[in-house]
Amino acid sequence: MTRISLTVDGATVADDVEPRMLLVQYLRERLGKTGTVIGCDTSNCGACTVHLDGQSVKSCNVLAVQADGATVTTIEGLAQNGTLHPVQEAFRECHGLQCGFCTPGMIMQSVDLLNNNPSPSEEEIRLGLEGNLCRCTGYHNIVRAVQHAAAQGSSTAGATS
Amino acid sequence: MIPAQFDYVAPASVEDALAALAEHGDDAKIIAGGQSLLPVLRMRLNAPEWIIDLGRIESLRGVRDDGDSIVIGAMTPHSVVGSDPLVAEHATLITRAVEHLADAQVRHRGTFGGALAHADPAGDLGAPVRALGASFVIQGPGGTRTVSADDFFVDLFETAIGDDEILTEVRVPKHTGWGAHYEKFVRVAHQWPIVAVAATVRVEGGTIAEARIGLTNMGSTPLRAAAVEAALAGQPATEAAVRAAAAHAAEGTHPPSDLNGDADYRRHLATVITRRAVLAAAGA
Amino acid sequence: MTATAVDHEIGRDRRRKEDQRLITGRTRWTDNIVLPGMLHLAMVRSPFAHANIASIDTSEAQQAPNVIAVLTGADFGDELGVCINAWPITPDQVTPVHSPMPSDRVSFAGEIVAVVVARSAAEARDAAELVEVEYDELPAALDLKEAAADSVLAHPDLGTNKSALWVFDSGEAGTGGNVEDAIGKARADGIVIEREYRQQRLIPAFMEPRSVVVDPTGEQLVMYSATQIPHILRFALAATTGVPESKIRVIAPDVGGGFGGKLQVTPEEWIAWAVGRRVGKPVKYTETRSESLMSGHHGRDQWQKLTLAAEKDGTVTGLKVELLADLGAYVAIVGGGVPVLGAFMFNAIYKFPAYHFACQTVLTNKTWTDAYRGAGRPEATYAIERLMDELAAEVGVDPLEVREKNWIKHEEFPFTTVAGLEYDSGNYEAATAKARQMFGYDELRAEQMARRASGDPVQLGIGVSTFTEMCGLAPSRVLGQLDYGAGGWEYASVRMLATGKVEVTTGASAHGQGHETAFSQIVADRLGVAFEDVEVLHGDTAVAHKGLDTYGSRSLAVGGEALVRAADKVVEKAKPIAAHLLEASVEDIDFAGGRFSVRGTDQGMAIGEIATAVFAAHNLPDGVEPSLDSDATYDPVNFSFPHGTHLCAIEVDTETGALKMRKYVCVDDVGNIINPLIVSGQVHGGLVQGIAQALWEEAVYDDSGTLVSGSFVDYLLPTAADTISFDIDHTTSPATTHSLGVKGVGEAGTIASTPAVVNAVVDALRQYGVHDIQMPCTPERVWRAIQGGGAGGSTEGAAMPHFDPSEPGQDSTEGAGA
Repeated sequence: MTRISLTVDGATVADDVEPRMLLVQYLRERLGKTGTVIGCDTSNCGACTVHLDGQSVKSCNVLAVQADGATVTTIEGLAQNGTLHPVQEAFRECHGLQCGFCTPGMIMQSVDLLNNNPSPSEEEIRLGLEGNLCRCTGYHNIVRAVQHAAAQGSSTAGATS
Repeated sequence: MIPAQFDYVAPASVEDALAALAEHGDDAKIIAGGQSLLPVLRMRLNAPEWIIDLGRIESLRGVRDDGDSIVIGAMTPHSVVGSDPLVAEHATLITRAVEHLADAQVRHRGTFGGALAHADPAGDLGAPVRALGASFVIQGPGGTRTVSADDFFVDLFETAIGDDEILTEVRVPKHTGWGAHYEKFVRVAHQWPIVAVAATVRVEGGTIAEARIGLTNMGSTPLRAAAVEAALAGQPATEAAVRAAAAHAAEGTHPPSDLNGDADYRRHLATVITRRAVLAAAGA
Repeated sequence: MTATAVDHEIGRDRRRKEDQRLITGRTRWTDNIVLPGMLHLAMVRSPFAHANIASIDTSEAQQAPNVIAVLTGADFGDELGVCINAWPITPDQVTPVHSPMPSDRVSFAGEIVAVVVARSAAEARDAAELVEVEYDELPAALDLKEAAADSVLAHPDLGTNKSALWVFDSGEAGTGGNVEDAIGKARADGIVIEREYRQQRLIPAFMEPRSVVVDPTGEQLVMYSATQIPHILRFALAATTGVPESKIRVIAPDVGGGFGGKLQVTPEEWIAWAVGRRVGKPVKYTETRSESLMSGHHGRDQWQKLTLAAEKDGTVTGLKVELLADLGAYVAIVGGGVPVLGAFMFNAIYKFPAYHFACQTVLTNKTWTDAYRGAGRPEATYAIERLMDELAAEVGVDPLEVREKNWIKHEEFPFTTVAGLEYDSGNYEAATAKARQMFGYDELRAEQMARRASGDPVQLGIGVSTFTEMCGLAPSRVLGQLDYGAGGWEYASVRMLATGKVEVTTGASAHGQGHETAFSQIVADRLGVAFEDVEVLHGDTAVAHKGLDTYGSRSLAVGGEALVRAADKVVEKAKPIAAHLLEASVEDIDFAGGRFSVRGTDQGMAIGEIATAVFAAHNLPDGVEPSLDSDATYDPVNFSFPHGTHLCAIEVDTETGALKMRKYVCVDDVGNIINPLIVSGQVHGGLVQGIAQALWEEAVYDDSGTLVSGSFVDYLLPTAADTISFDIDHTTSPATTHSLGVKGVGEAGTIASTPAVVNAVVDALRQYGVHDIQMPCTPERVWRAIQGGGAGGSTEGAAMPHFDPSEPGQDSTEGAGA
């Protein structure tokens, strides 16, 4: 067991974990942050995307011990004081989700994308989401959602971890 | 799925990491960014007893100017390399290759040295560093040694790094003012390249004075397309001249056959992709 | 507080009620469920496609830390049950017994031979690695055509791989002429098109891996499962494991996509059920993605031999279809029936006078196959729409022209087809005209000609697909005629709560479709209550106790209609109460806009007020029960028949074979639309799945029967970067056989788009003498076809070695590149 301590969605947490525990398992199984999900074994699907020290990462591809001392933001920490992040709002407004399983990762990656590029072209949005698979939407309305959020100035409007 | 049990150490210095490596030897595996290692561990295709994490060694991160070369620390994340102005100015080819390496999340986490040490022939960094004639600084119990890019890649997933050694930095000779392009051929965006070509050229007055071409996934290691380089030297930067030179791209290659394409097809692709990469690099 | 109702909810692009929880991570996926004392399962799976199990040594695993039990098939008796086939398509169908965990012989790579029960999932997995299984490998039946010849047997005891031969002949059925006569005549003085097409094996690849939790701790045994079919699952558990149906509660919590892939009763569910009952503690099993791709059912996998007869002017005279369909190792719940669903659709929108269909289903030592989005209809649509392009080429006319010559004219509806179905409504002319205009058809044809003339290395292809499908599954009477094991009705109930809120239950079981929203809109209109005041409950057999679940684009067309009828009953029950309270006679009561009013007066009461009065029950008419709650079970009288015209432009890089989609336009007639936003999402998603069959996806096996495309590294799902924005629109000819007029939209995009894409690719290459490219149209296949290499053979059964442990150097260090 290794002792780790980190900040997750604004709360300081500390636990003894097996070194082999993945960050996503730590979030789900130890912290109950089940909003972040696991979709594959090979880091292709991106469903588990969270922000680690302000940057998007696939939490199934990070060991919990590697996140010792870090700040993590999950989909559950994105809304602030009951107000949805503009990207969350945009996904609903533009019907950017159906079954919703890829959605936490898709939203977290979209936030990261807009943090780095507040006014992306359609091509830049599509390339920026290449690490996130969705099986329901055909991506059309996900792209619309990111465009919608960009038009609302999402990168400055909401908490982005 | 979760990896098999292992013990974990995160040394704060290269010396401590080497000591851990010496202590645990064959039972240990180094983790840099972990973006290729962790899937392997999760699928239990490998089960080391120790994981030595280089992530806490600050001295291995960053890009610096060192006269004729720029020096990229092995633990520098791809996203940092990709946005570094020194790299962009003096090793544009690397900037171009990193742009489309894997995806944004992986680029945040994966590291320059880790990817090269992993030596996946389909990895995006081998061809550009070979084309640029980079050298690899490897530290071991006996001190530091430098290996040329031509000698670094030994075979599929095999490099010149010894079992008791660590790659610390990559020195890239400056190619200031050279045009550069990395052309990647994939079926879907999140795939490793079926074939990719890294091309950087120095154009003088419409003539290709020098060209450096690296090939991705055309053999068990990243390759140099030496015949193309030779054929390009002194040629005008025109479609016809480049086409003729690029026809040599598959010479001496041994590409794999797999569900994305067989070896013959890859050889053909290499000639087309090389032409396109060189023309783009030359701004033609 | 009760919100205000608006005039018309139906037709509004309401934002979805489901979204709030999904965008904030406040979700209840099965894998999120944690129960006190819960144990975790790990499966030991066969690496071999076909082998006898010589021995299983669990002793070391039993000793591992925190392991509760290690169980094999031999440790269970009848309580393990069997996985059922609900649709024996012929009386003499050969159906291997499907034990969830066989103890003697494995029939595909990935089949479960042992299960480890431990206190954590990690410890279960650790111990699973310690189970020693000795196998005696057997020859495996892998290639579909070879298997059909019985050269190697998938199940030696059955003596054959041939499961069932299902035939429809229009001459014999009296729905049309004799197809051999038509072909004979065409050979003499007409056109005969003979083709063989491959429907490659696909994997549904829903994003949420399957997960199951069994809780045996109460009086009722509860199964939570990531399933599309909680009601069918409950029935099958009762029927095969000896637990009374009334003791079983099945819950499908939030379910992350299905596409047919979760329309199954699985070995994993049955094993979890048996283990939970055995150990008396809650148990959970969640599959990895690799397990999902390997052992969740696959889709498609057919060879299609096709003969189309026509007159010289392109008027079709006959169609003969001979299919080989790969069932995999077992006949899945509706596995054999999937190609039969396609049997009625090969003739599509065209007036074929003669039709013959024969399908041989075949057992192999591969993963079982079953429904995947479209289920039978994409295969049929692909075949006929590819053939119509071939016919157009043969006649020398535009592909749209040959279609128009043969399709059913809008004034000819209702139209009884050569397959015996009655198409109730449609307007192919209108959809095509609109699509053509949106696409800029003539301009793109002109560009295509210009590129051809100039020898541009990038050639343009234009693909057409004027599809129809049958959905709204299904009239129970028809299912009975087809020997299906259940009916096709759907159930709904409407409960008026004391506060005026409305609770709706439906037997449909959504997993991304947005039923909570669309069904609320229907009820809001029907009862005149606010959209926000309607709560839709589903996916729990204790809440929505009756139902036949969600698949086959049936939920709205069948479940929605049941809901309308239940709501109407509420109104009928409320009417005498309203009359009583308003002191008027029932005949004078009108109901509109949520209000019961006395005709000719300004007196009235809202339905919510009636509900409150009924709850109090202080003042009801004599003999009237104090309840407005109503339910309805609706059995459709006919299928519904959405149709549409899809047009696709693809650029072909002739130097590399790379394909780039330039434009995609579709105009779908899905009948009346409840929620345009949800419909657009269904179309977009459907399109990409169909396009992905054409271009990217294929489940590839190697020569030993190992799934090579066993992870998302090699099973290629498209990303946002591989797809484009679509131009979609609609025409509307409402379904005539029920009140909503909806037809179903879940599968339309998938069914239509595959042939549109391949037609576009072939259209670009026809100038090089190419008339087919095998799916998926990989760059290599396209390039080889241009080089004169034909349609392309089978896919190389090897993956790139990124994760191959046998390769040297995996122990060197790590790196990026995933």
